[in-house]
Amino acid sequence: MLIWTRRGRAALRTAFAALFALVILAPLAVVVLAAFARSWNGVLPGAYTTGHLRESLTDDRLAALLVSLQTALAAGLLAVLVGTWGALAVASAPRLLARVADTLLHLPIAVSSVVVGLSMLVAFNKPPLLLGGTRWIVIAAHTVLVTAFAYSTVSAALKRLDPAYAQVAGSLGAAPPRVLFRIVLPLLMPAMSAAAALSIALSLGEVGATIMVYPPDWRTLPVGVFTLTDRGRVFPAAALTLTLLATALVTLTGLGRLGRRPGAR
Amino acid sequence: MTRRALWTLPPLLLVAGFFVYPLTLTALQSGGAWTRVATSPEFGRTVLRTLEIAVCATIGCLLLGTFFALVLTYAPFPGARAVARLIDTVLAFPSYLIALAFTVLYGSAGVVDGLGIATLDFIYTPAGLVFAEITFYTPFVMRPLLAAFGQVPPAQLEVAASLGARPWRVVRQVLLPEALPALAAGGGLTLLLTLNEFGLVLFIGAKDVTTLPMLVYTKGLVTFDQAGAAVAAVAQVALSLTVYSLYRRVAR
Repeated sequence: MLIWTRRGRAALRTAFAALFALVILAPLAVVVLAAFARSWNGVLPGAYTTGHLRESLTDDRLAALLVSLQTALAAGLLAVLVGTWGALAVASAPRLLARVADTLLHLPIAVSSVVVGLSMLVAFNKPPLLLGGTRWIVIAAHTVLVTAFAYSTVSAALKRLDPAYAQVAGSLGAAPPRVLFRIVLPLLMPAMSAAAALSIALSLGEVGATIMVYPPDWRTLPVGVFTLTDRGRVFPAAALTLTLLATALVTLTGLGRLGRRPGAR
Repeated sequence: MTRRALWTLPPLLLVAGFFVYPLTLTALQSGGAWTRVATSPEFGRTVLRTLEIAVCATIGCLLLGTFFALVLTYAPFPGARAVARLIDTVLAFPSYLIALAFTVLYGSAGVVDGLGIATLDFIYTPAGLVFAEITFYTPFVMRPLLAAFGQVPPAQLEVAASLGARPWRVVRQVLLPEALPALAAGGGLTLLLTLNEFGLVLFIGAKDVTTLPMLVYTKGLVTFDQAGAAVAAVAQVALSLTVYSLYRRVAR
């Protein structure tokens, strides 16, 4: 529909293919090619190597990958916990409080990550809570940034949930904790696993807050990529980025399996 | 206070302790440095540049994203679904991926430079940054638009066309009014995210293109002027919150 002539459609598709290839596909393809490039002076790399990728899995780069993974899992777990708790609490709170709490829980989405990093540096390098120079300041910053997204995901799903299920369970005599654990949480499971996936993906790629607060012994992988890029070593940087994306993919696929338990939908 | 209200307390305390309290301290710390930092010509230039880049990138994303979403919905081709799925995946990628690709392609020792074509160091200009941001943020506009177009009944378009409306007129008078909320929501989110963008700017590392988040970083970490960084941070937060409150209003 909309475009009825065959020639019109063909022209439109050609324009789409050209623009889409240039804007979306080319950058992705370039990173993949660069990860395997030994030298690149023509249209395509002159010679290929798997050396950069193998190097990505050695010594301090492997350590950075593990640091990123641990940070993302910790931040993701905390984010789903706090986000789900927040969504459930806001849904049953009095109206005015619910609006204030909803705004506050969403707010970190609006603030630049580098500002969150700076504020952590300002607040937690002195008592009452000394986190500066430890891994906990990195994990705290990541958690603050991704919890807002987890909350947003779960509370949107909760709004779409038919309240009849919980009401019926309640009218049949199920106590509130039983309704929560047997009815509401299982129904929210897909949203919670989506929230976990989003949180982990965002945390794995986070660089703005991390670069402000990271201590030498807790360097995440994106910081390592930046160090390499900054020194002009773009091929190893591309290889490192590729390992990050692969790690994200594997983690999220595994998580997707967990989220699709029978009866969860 | 009722017991139900008490349940909101734990998450709210966490947000207060780890988000509101640090930001408040930062704002307090900026106190003495305002006259020194905010009156410098560098600061004014940076604020304008941040706005300019964000607005240009958002307009570019809206145009390109609308075109992409229109073709995907109304002139679909084999593989259009895979493209839509790719768009969903790209949303979760870190933005510096694009910066990395641009550095490989157009950087000072990049591929295009090696081909002997004078690139005039395109990526180190504001226009280059705008292009990079359009590349990364176009999917953020496409996703709500694809959802909105999917809900317009095809019969409406067919009736308009059978009454003699040309495709362009159908798009303008039937489709775009229907998709206006999605367009506003996608555009608002993109404006907010481009204002806050840091990874791309950091990784490209153009010396002459400074945005507010970049100023927070250089003042805070490179020159160790934490009060100055706090001023830039407060200005950044004010800008973001203004756009965010507008976005919340249109996204409802």
